Parts: sequence; structure tokens; C-alpha cells
Amino acid sequence: MELVVALAIGVLAGSGVWLLLRPRTFQVAIGLALLSYAVNLFIFSTGGLRTGAAAILERGQEGSLGQFADPLPQALVLTAIVIGFATTALLLVLLLAARGLTGTDHVDGRERDR
Amino acid sequence: MPDSLLLLALVLLPFAGAIVAGLLPTHARNAAAALAGGVALTALALVWAAYPTVRAGEVLRAEFAWVPALGLTASLRMDGFAWLFAGLVSGIGALVVLYARYYMAQEDPVPRFFAFLLAFMGAMTGVVLAGNVIQLAFFWELTSLFSFLLIGYWHHTAAARDGARMAMTITGAGGLALFAGVLVLGHIVGSYELDAVLAAGDRIRDHDLYLPALILILLGALTKSAQFPFHVWLPQAMAAPTPVSAYLHSATLVKAGVFLMARLWPALGGTDAWFLIVGSAGLITLLVGAYIAIFQNDLKGLLAYSTISHLGLITLLLGLNSQLALVAAVFHILNHAAFKASLFMAAGIIDHETGTRDIRRLSGLNRSMPFTARLALVAAAAMAGVPLLNGFISKEMFFAEALTADSPMGLMNILPVAAMLGSAFSVAYSLRFIHGAFFGPPATDLPRSPHEPETWMRLPVELLVLTCIMVGVLPAATVGPFLAVAVAPLLGGELPYYSLAVWHGFNLPLLMSVVALAGGVLLYLALQRRLRQGLERPPLLGRLDGQRIFERSMVFLSWRLARRAEGVAGTRRLQPQLRAIVGAAILAGAATVWWRGVGPGNLPPSPVDPVLALVWLCGGACALGAAWMAKFHRVAALILLGGAGLAVVVTFVWFSAPDLALTQLTVEVVTTVLLLLGLRWLPQRMPRPGERGPEVLTRTRRLRDLALAVAAGGGLAALSYAVMTRVPPELLAQHFLARAYTEGGGTNVVNVILVDFRGFDTLGEVFVVAAVALTAYALLRRFRPAPESIGLPDQQAQSEHGVAGAAVTTRGAMRDGADWLLVPFTLTRLLFPVMLIVAVFLLLRGHDLPGGGFSAGMVVAIAIILQYMIGGTDWTEDRMRLRPRLWIGGGLLVASGTGLAALAFGRPFLTTYFGYADLPLIGQVPTASALVFDIGIFALVVGATLLMLVALAHQSVRAHRAAPRPPAPAEAARAPAPLVAAEER
Repeated sequence: MELVVALAIGVLAGSGVWLLLRPRTFQVAIGLALLSYAVNLFIFSTGGLRTGAAAILERGQEGSLGQFADPLPQALVLTAIVIGFATTALLLVLLLAARGLTGTDHVDGRERDR
Repeated sequence: MPDSLLLLALVLLPFAGAIVAGLLPTHARNAAAALAGGVALTALALVWAAYPTVRAGEVLRAEFAWVPALGLTASLRMDGFAWLFAGLVSGIGALVVLYARYYMAQEDPVPRFFAFLLAFMGAMTGVVLAGNVIQLAFFWELTSLFSFLLIGYWHHTAAARDGARMAMTITGAGGLALFAGVLVLGHIVGSYELDAVLAAGDRIRDHDLYLPALILILLGALTKSAQFPFHVWLPQAMAAPTPVSAYLHSATLVKAGVFLMARLWPALGGTDAWFLIVGSAGLITLLVGAYIAIFQNDLKGLLAYSTISHLGLITLLLGLNSQLALVAAVFHILNHAAFKASLFMAAGIIDHETGTRDIRRLSGLNRSMPFTARLALVAAAAMAGVPLLNGFISKEMFFAEALTADSPMGLMNILPVAAMLGSAFSVAYSLRFIHGAFFGPPATDLPRSPHEPETWMRLPVELLVLTCIMVGVLPAATVGPFLAVAVAPLLGGELPYYSLAVWHGFNLPLLMSVVALAGGVLLYLALQRRLRQGLERPPLLGRLDGQRIFERSMVFLSWRLARRAEGVAGTRRLQPQLRAIVGAAILAGAATVWWRGVGPGNLPPSPVDPVLALVWLCGGACALGAAWMAKFHRVAALILLGGAGLAVVVTFVWFSAPDLALTQLTVEVVTTVLLLLGLRWLPQRMPRPGERGPEVLTRTRRLRDLALAVAAGGGLAALSYAVMTRVPPELLAQHFLARAYTEGGGTNVVNVILVDFRGFDTLGEVFVVAAVALTAYALLRRFRPAPESIGLPDQQAQSEHGVAGAAVTTRGAMRDGADWLLVPFTLTRLLFPVMLIVAVFLLLRGHDLPGGGFSAGMVVAIAIILQYMIGGTDWTEDRMRLRPRLWIGGGLLVASGTGLAALAFGRPFLTTYFGYADLPLIGQVPTASALVFDIGIFALVVGATLLMLVALAHQSVRAHRAAPRPPAPAEAARAPAPLVAAEER
């Protein structure tokens, strides 16, 4: 199972990085989204892959790692998802504004000189 | 008054005064002066109150916890030496305030001046009273900072700006060296407390790091005291208002350097290295400064170089490693402060009353301002070392030391000659000051007709000159006890024998004095003709123009070198920068593996489940597809991105993270809608048919990027595999799992971590979201679409229902009559309340079961956005009054309020309270205060998401209004509809 998730992270990150290096703003935005998937999955995976062990306690219970999945990476990733959403939104608005201002959707605000 | 309070008041009072003075109205000069004077006099009184203690040889101390974990305390201490300096700082400070009140012009913003002056006084007091060497370095840099502000006070003149910048650069750099030096010193001693440092002299001198520490500290001290070759900043600093010069260059700023050297004399002094560095710097400065001073044409310039020279004298005395020389140095610090402050003030009076400071223009002022002339005459005589004035006595001590100094390698055999030479120079420039300004025929071409200044302006000069005379005539009775109190702590309490008397009989020092006096007079007479010619720079040393050297090196460093470095390493283009970042990350990862290696993991991999493998086959294909399509087929790329996101969601569900899945799913929806809304404003991009493939250059670039992408993806895959197959022995999670219910009151551990254990993180995060939403909103308000995307999109313009297509943007009445998308329209209306209930459900159960404020907020936002998408902007806004900004503000208020409420119960910020409430029908509901916090987050998320989405959606409304529409019969029949758009102008 670990191999599948690792490969998934790799494919997401690879596609993300490729897009990040492209010249069009929309490509960069999509790339950033893909890269954040990869990173979120990676952080999540540091807690180990456990099935059927969601960290929901019984009332009054003191949980332990033997019974439940690691909740800490999950909490971190939750924060990361939210921040990722915010940055994607900001990037989108920025690229729209830049497009309106510069007349191009190149990341540098002007087409490359050839 | 307890010692600690006294010391604290002494340091903090000037800063408090500075803040108050800074708040005064621009032209409240009397109020500001009274405030500053009050502060200075209070400080002086406090210093005086400490006198009985220090006279008894005791040390006043105050300690405050600073960084207890590092063993650092903020401490203040005042022994006799610090006492003397504190008195000097506050006493001369009070005189300068009085003088400045009359010196500063009506149109200057005087409160600002006094604010800087007071802050500087506070910083200087801090240096003097610091009981800890780090603190000393801190206040030291503060003095650089405030002296920068004071020198640049008349910032409309280029000279003031340049002078301030130069002083800041040199003394600030010295301060950094000093900071490094005291860190080394602290390392040697094992403590940063001044007491410990002073007590560890032998250990310091024997340590291997002694020399580096000494050089670094001396760099700080010598730059501050304007010693050769760092003296160049001081003459430039004369662009400051004269009260500033009088204060900074007589008693305070430049004395900080000699203060430091004397302070650390017991710890660092006594070695050959100390003698070589300090002694030679002092000797060279003494001679060079005095020589250049003779040829200055500006009164203040002359005094500036004379200050440099006298500081050189003090430094030289400190460098001689003799106890008597130390006494002489401290004594001369006092004397110099008295006569130099009065001379600066006199120069200021001349400038103020005549409008010029140029010695070549001034002449014969003795007639128009006789009283000032006599005061200046006495002060200048003290500077020249004329008997019966204070300068004479310390100079005698200097001569005596020069004769007896024993130095390694006999280096100082020239010392007596050099001492006489320097003294003769000082006689010559003192003569020039007096003779040039006050004697000779009355000047005719002065900008203003000179007359005596106001009595109050002269008072500080009178007091200082009186001091010069008193000390000169009755040294033992006046200054004797204070000098003894000041010197004793430096010498470990034991005083060497010295005699403060005017007459020591006919001896060699007296002879040297006579020779120097006569030599100075002769030198001045001999130079008369050359000086009249009005030399611009001194002969011989004229080429040694420190200012030009300094400026050239500044230009080189900050302009040429920087430009070259930027040309080599900099780029304005984003792609190379990103490439560098990604490349660096890959290299960092690879390097770690290279050095440390990767062993096998301690967890056996779990068996592969074909279902999840299949999910990721699709997910991976989606990711690759999105990367492939993002250039020409944006919608397709967006859909594929969503596919990859769904695969992530499934993975979260699969591996026991329901909260993550829920959040990711809702975020996925909102992100997709956002991007869809944005697509409309991007330029069309289509592969041009018939075009040949990309150029070779482009192809190589792509290959390189592909290699980077593969390396990054492969590296991250390997890294995550390595991480997943090993488990560390200790995990922080254990602590959270055990305490989530017992201390956090919730069974959903992830939620408890977010709203309770790490609530501060979450609070910060929602502030970020709010800031992003407001930024997006602000950017979109000023949004100007590119010209070609203003028109209606092709799909809308060409559709059969041209009007119906545009109905998205027109009045709701249109919507009701239209039948397009009727089924989804009805469905979304029916779903709306259901979704709201789901949201409330998610919110309430969040603490115990998957859910929580964030996903609940997202669900509400999705419900509303659905109405927008299907019903149209106007239809929705006619029926719902959304106030996203209120939601944001309310959410932030509730979330921070819950955190602050804990303070009211005496608990730390964001402590939560929990319990369960029985509600009829619903059953037990957790009522932790964390729930209120979560409600705040919920409101904020609703507001922020809606604000962004609606702002983006409104762009279409705006653009449609601007765009020419195809004529439609239904529209032509109707009156032009006023558009709602409450958010719009």
C-alpha cells in the first residue's frame, strides 16, 4: 500500500513541478494546486497508513497510538488544506489582475523576448 | 528610594519623555524644552541622590528577569565610574536643552528635536548603567541610531543626510563588531554580567580568544570615539544643529568609546596588544586631529578636529597601561566635556548671531559681543592648556605620564616629543579660534549684524566656563572627590597617589607646557600668511580625504558590487527563480541522502489493495492529464485537477482521516468554482494549426523542466516511501490522544487539536484566510479586464437564447419566466435548506465526530454559490442579503473573543472550558467553549469564501454592463434595468 501512495505523491508532485515551471499563469495555478495535494498527502503519510482507525475516542477514553491513527499530521494537513485554498484563491485573483493590467497571461507580465 | 527603582527611572525616564515630546504639536517649543529640561534635571537629581552610596564605594544594582532560560537577566549597575558618566550625560544634557531652546529657529519642528535628544540621553544612560555586556551593546546601537536621527535633524539639507548616514554606517558597523566582541567575551567568561567580566581579567587575558575579542571590542570603541582611521565621520556630523554637536561631541556619543575602553580596562587592558592598538591609535589621532584642526576654516570644523585630537589624547592615556594614566584619562574626559561643550555653544552663538561660521569672514566680534568673546576666550585657553584652567592640570598629568611611560620595545620613546607637538598644535588652533573670530577689525560683510545673544542662551556657557575656572584654580577641592569616586572602581578600589594641584614646582612637565605654549604661539604666527590665503585643505595631509575614501567605498559596495552581483545572480523572470528553488530543494534532499544514507525501514509494507491502486491509477492519470492540458484546454485541466483531488479525498477516507476528507471535498468544490469563474478572463489560447513544432530552444527548456519535474516527483516519492516504512519510537500524537477527552473535552481528536491544543495556530490561520479574502476583494474592485475579454463570451453571444443566456445577469423577473436549466434550478432551491441543516449538523458535532467549523462553513458557502450559479446573480441577491464582510468581522471577533475570555478567568489565552448540555430533541450537545471558537471559524469561512466568490462573479455583471449587447426584441421593449449589485459602485 505504501508504494501506491508514494507513487501517487510522486506523480502529483512531478506534474505540479512541471506546471510550476511553465510560462502561463493558469498553468502555474494548477501546478500549485497539484503540488499542494502532493505535499498534503506527504505530510499525512508521515503518520503512517492505518485503515479503520480514525481518531474518534469513546467518551472518557484515553486513546493510544495502538488503537488510533496519528491525529497530529491530520490536524496539520487540515490547516494546510485551508491555507492552500486561500493561496490558490489569492493567486487566481492576482493572475486575473495581472492579466488585466499587462494584457498577457505570461508569468512575467510580458512575453519572452525571442 | 530603592536602588533598583532609581536606576530604572534613570534609564526609562528619558525614553518616556521622548515619547511624550514626540506627541507634542509641531511648534510647542516651550513645552518641549520644559519637558526635556525637566527630565534632564530630574535625572541629574537622581544621579545626585546616588552619590552617598557610590562615595561609600558601593555599587547600586537592579536586576530584572529577561530570558531566564538562557540565564540572561537585564541588569543595571552604577558604580562610581558609571555615576560620573551618568552625571555628565544628564548635567550637560540639561545645559544643552536650555541652550537649544534659544538656538533652534521658530520654524524648526522643535518637539521632534527634543524627542530625539531625550531618546539619545536615555540610550546613553543605558550604555553607562548597563550591568550586562549584551545590554551594553544594545544601548550602544541605540546611541548610533538616535545620533543618526539627531545629526540628520535638518534632513532637508544634503550635508545633514550625508553626515548622518556616514556616522550611522561607521558607528553602526563598529557597534556590530562590538556585539560580536562581547559575545566572544561572554563565551570566555561564561557570563555576560559586567561584574563577572570585570572580575575575570586574568582569565580573559590568558584565553586563546583574547585577541579576537579585544580587536572586535576595540573596533566598536574606536569607531565611536572617532579614532584614526575611523575619525572621518565626526567632521561630517557637524551638519547637525550646534546643540547636538555640543552634546554628542563633548560629553556623550564620542565619549561612549572611551567610556567603554575605561570600563573594560580592568578586564582587557594591561597587555602588549592593548598597548599597541589603543596607544598607537590614540597617538596618531592626537597628532593628526590637532594638525588638521589648525587648517579648518569652519569654527565647528575646527572644534570637530580638536575633539578628535582630544579623544586621541584620552585614548592614548588609556593605552599606556598605567594607573596614573587612567586617572589622567578620566580627569581629561571631564575637562574636555566642560570646555568643548562651552566652545561648541559659543560657536553656535556666533553662527546664530552673525549667520556664518567661516573664520575667514568673521572678525572683530570682540566689540559687538564682548561677553561671549571673554567666555570663549577662557574656554579656548582651557583647551590650549593655559595654567589656572582645568585643561592645564590634566595636560600636566599627561606630560608626566608621557615622560614615565614604559612601553614594550621602547616604542614610546618619542612620546614626550609627540605630546609637546600635539599640545603646541592645540595652542595654535585655540588661538586661531579666538583670534580669527573675535579680534581684528570688525567684519563688514556678515549676513547679520552681530550682537550679544539672549541671557538665557549664554547661561549654559557661563556655567561651563565657571566650571573650567573653578577646577583649574581649586582642583582638589572641586573635582577631587568626584574623580576619586570615579576612578576607584576601575582600579579595584585602590587609588594610586596623585596630586591635584596647580603648582608642582619647577619640573619637567612644566617646562614641556611652557615649550608647548610658546611653540603653539610661534606656530600660529608663522602660519598666519598661509591661513589668510584660505587653504581648502591642510598641507601634507590634504590628500588623505577620509570622506572621499569612505564615499568611494560606499559606492563600490552598495552600487557597483551590488549591481555586478545582481547581474550575475539576479533575474526578474519568475521561471528561473522557481527553477532555482526547485533545484535547490532537490539538491538539499539528495545531499542529505548522500551524506547520511538511507537504511531499511522498521515497518513491513502493508499489502496492496487493488481498489485503492485503481483509484490512484485514475488519480495519477488525472494529474498527468491536468499537466498536459493546462495550456490549451483549461476546462479539461480543471476537471482533471478535480479528479486528482477526488483521489486524494478517497485516500484520506481510506486511511482513517474523515475530517480531512470532508474538508478536502468541500474545498475542492469551492476551488473548482473559483477557477471556473476566473477562466472567463484569461486569453484564448489555441494551438495554431500548420505551425511547425516548438523551436529547439524551447524544446531544450522543456526537457530540462521535465528532468526537474521527474527528479522532484521521484525524490518526493522515494522520500515518502522511506518515511512511511519506518515509525519513530516517540510520537507527540500519544500525548494528544491521551488528553483529547480528559483535558480537551472532545472525542474527535483532530478537532480538539485544532480548536484547543493548537487553537492559536487555527486562529492565525483564519486571520490569514480573512486577509486573503479582503485582499482578493480589494484587488477585484480595481479589476480592469483585458479589452478582448470584455465582450460576451462566444457561447452566450451565439446561443439561440441570446437573451436567456444573458439572463444570468439581468433582473430576476427574467429568471422566473425562463425555462432553461429548470430541473437543476428547482433542485438547488430544494436542496438549499437541506444543505444548511447539514452545515449546522457538521458544526455542532465537530468536537466529537468528523465535522467542525471549517467544513460547515464551506458547505454553507457551497449552498449559496449553487444558488448563484443556477439562479443568477441578481435573482439570488434579490432574495438574500449577504454581508460577507460582516460574517468575516463577526467570525474574527467571536474566535478571538473566546480566546480572550479565558483571560477573564485567569487562564492563558485560548484555554477552553467544556461540558455537555442536554437539549430537548437533539440530545447531548458538547458545549465546550471550543464550540464557540468553532462557530467563529465557521462564520469567518462563510464570509471569506463568499466574499471572494461573489466578488469574482460580480465581475461578469460589471463587464456585461460595459459590453455592447446584441439587440434583442425582449430587451428593447423593456426600460433599461437598473442593476442591483450592492457591492458595486
